[in-house]
Amino acid sequence: MTQPPKHLELTQVDIDFPTPNGPFKALEDVNLTINKGEFVSLIGHSGCGKSTVLNIIAGLYQATKGGCLLDGKEVNAPGPERAVVFQNHSLLPWLTAYENVELAVKQVFGKSKSRSEMREWIEHNLSLVHMDHAMDKRPDEISGGMKQRVGIARALAMEPTVMLMDEPFGALDALTRAHLQDSLMEIQKDLNNTVIMITHDVDEAVLLSDRIVMMTNGPAASVGEILTIDLPRPRDRLALADDPTYNHYRHEVLKFLYEKQRTPDSPKAEKNTEKEKVAHKTPVIKSNSEDKAA
Amino acid sequence: MSNLIATLGLSAYFENPKTSFAQLGKSLLIPLIGLLVFLVMWEIGAKSIHTSLGLFPGPVAVYEQSINLINDHNAERKKEVAFYERQEKRNAKKLEKDPNAKIKVRPYTGKPTFFDQILTSLITVLTGFLIASMIAIPAGIIIGLNSTLYSAFNPLIQLFKPVSPLAWLPLVTMVVSAVYVSKDPLFAKSFLTSLITVSLCSLWPTLLNTAVGVSSISKDLQNVSQVLRLNWFTHVMKIVLPSAIPMMFTGLRLSLGIAWMVLIAAEMLAQNPGLGKFVWDEFQNGSSSSLGRIMVAVLVIGLIGFLLDRCMLFLQRKVSWDKTAVLR
Repeated sequence: MTQPPKHLELTQVDIDFPTPNGPFKALEDVNLTINKGEFVSLIGHSGCGKSTVLNIIAGLYQATKGGCLLDGKEVNAPGPERAVVFQNHSLLPWLTAYENVELAVKQVFGKSKSRSEMREWIEHNLSLVHMDHAMDKRPDEISGGMKQRVGIARALAMEPTVMLMDEPFGALDALTRAHLQDSLMEIQKDLNNTVIMITHDVDEAVLLSDRIVMMTNGPAASVGEILTIDLPRPRDRLALADDPTYNHYRHEVLKFLYEKQRTPDSPKAEKNTEKEKVAHKTPVIKSNSEDKAA
Repeated sequence: MSNLIATLGLSAYFENPKTSFAQLGKSLLIPLIGLLVFLVMWEIGAKSIHTSLGLFPGPVAVYEQSINLINDHNAERKKEVAFYERQEKRNAKKLEKDPNAKIKVRPYTGKPTFFDQILTSLITVLTGFLIASMIAIPAGIIIGLNSTLYSAFNPLIQLFKPVSPLAWLPLVTMVVSAVYVSKDPLFAKSFLTSLITVSLCSLWPTLLNTAVGVSSISKDLQNVSQVLRLNWFTHVMKIVLPSAIPMMFTGLRLSLGIAWMVLIAAEMLAQNPGLGKFVWDEFQNGSSSSLGRIMVAVLVIGLIGFLLDRCMLFLQRKVSWDKTAVLR
């Protein structure tokens, strides 16, 4: 970590989404600084704006107030230096695994790499995620886990400064997920790139991250607490299962999620009681549309 | 015991071909029975309809007339061959007498047969459909990509889509007569009139379906395109077109169907040589065989329409990336 400390910086980010009932404030005063080579997880209940934060960093959404700086430059449009691994793989179904990665590589290295260099680079990235055996298969011919691997290979092949992962393993079964987590740790160890990952899974967050950013519930969600995971790498999931430090971190995250921030539909949640009072006074239709907006 | 196993094995062996044969029979037999019932009802029904041109043609009369049409066609072809032979002989004789003699080669000008008219109709419909598609697909892509343009043009498309070809035809006829003036025209005016009418009417389904297909690309794929910073052309070629292909083909198939229907009406009124004119001429002719001939034309029109649709389906299967999709 000898790099300049401020690699990626979110400052006082607010975002409003227009709704028929006026603007809906999804995020309020989000401040976050991420160092180069750091693995950061964003965790929080559904609808707390984790994806919105990621989309602002990706440049797909524009913050209403505040902004995002990457290496001193303002982020205001999407770009391959902030590659995204989407939740549902988002591969082009009419292209093979190889062609999907190729599209990204041509876009980023079309001018700097020769044809054979590009071919090598595509194959290298597919073999990083252990997909070199199914390069010529189309997405509908491979399993969900394999699709997600190709999605990761596509993002890695762009040689991004920051890799953004939106619940990359959310739709996978537990065994495949564990396998891919191990692969991701290995790749990140070799490439040492900055990763920001959204997750719902407490174990995943503790196992993979250097820091876990825990978000408060929406509307007007913000960063609640930041937990630094001080576990030596490489981390082994079996050894860590009985590790007291690991379990302590796990407990911390669970405590934040289930004591300090209850689920949005729990009546005891602080912000929700207020909202419900309002809802009782206003006509039913309005409260419905309010829920939709949330 | 071994005997028993053998019989069991044999029966198992025979069972499979038997079931597949039964399935084949079922898939062939039921449509055949349907057809037969239809033919019988048609024959009975036809006998009870008396028109000023005699009985309404039943299947037997239609069969006779189709044979007649084939014979007419063959006779006409023989006449044509004979005409050219005579001409050649005459010219050869002329050259023998005087090597510098001027030779005239006249084209044969016999009346077009039923099959010539089918060919003309096919050429007209395919040209019209091609022109319509060449306008509708690019326009649909542009309208679909831009929501402002879409809302600007959508009302116009909805307005013109249901207009009958018969309403366009007088306008098109007058415009063609006024604009297409040349001493040695490459195309007959009637051909152009039917062509333009066909294009005008068959444009809309392709335009609308392409626009809808293009505008309903999944948000995820659009995000991918944005993150990759694809330029406009790559975005259209790699992401927009492939995902819009199913909708586009739905539009193309609807368009071709409409084009074929419109063509027959346009040919009738524009007097463009083709199946429509054939039907009209037979109607004006009013002989005892006319109704039978018209009925043959009706069946042929239906058959060609069906085959055109199958061709589009075949093309769609070739072009579509999703080979697992059920296309019918």
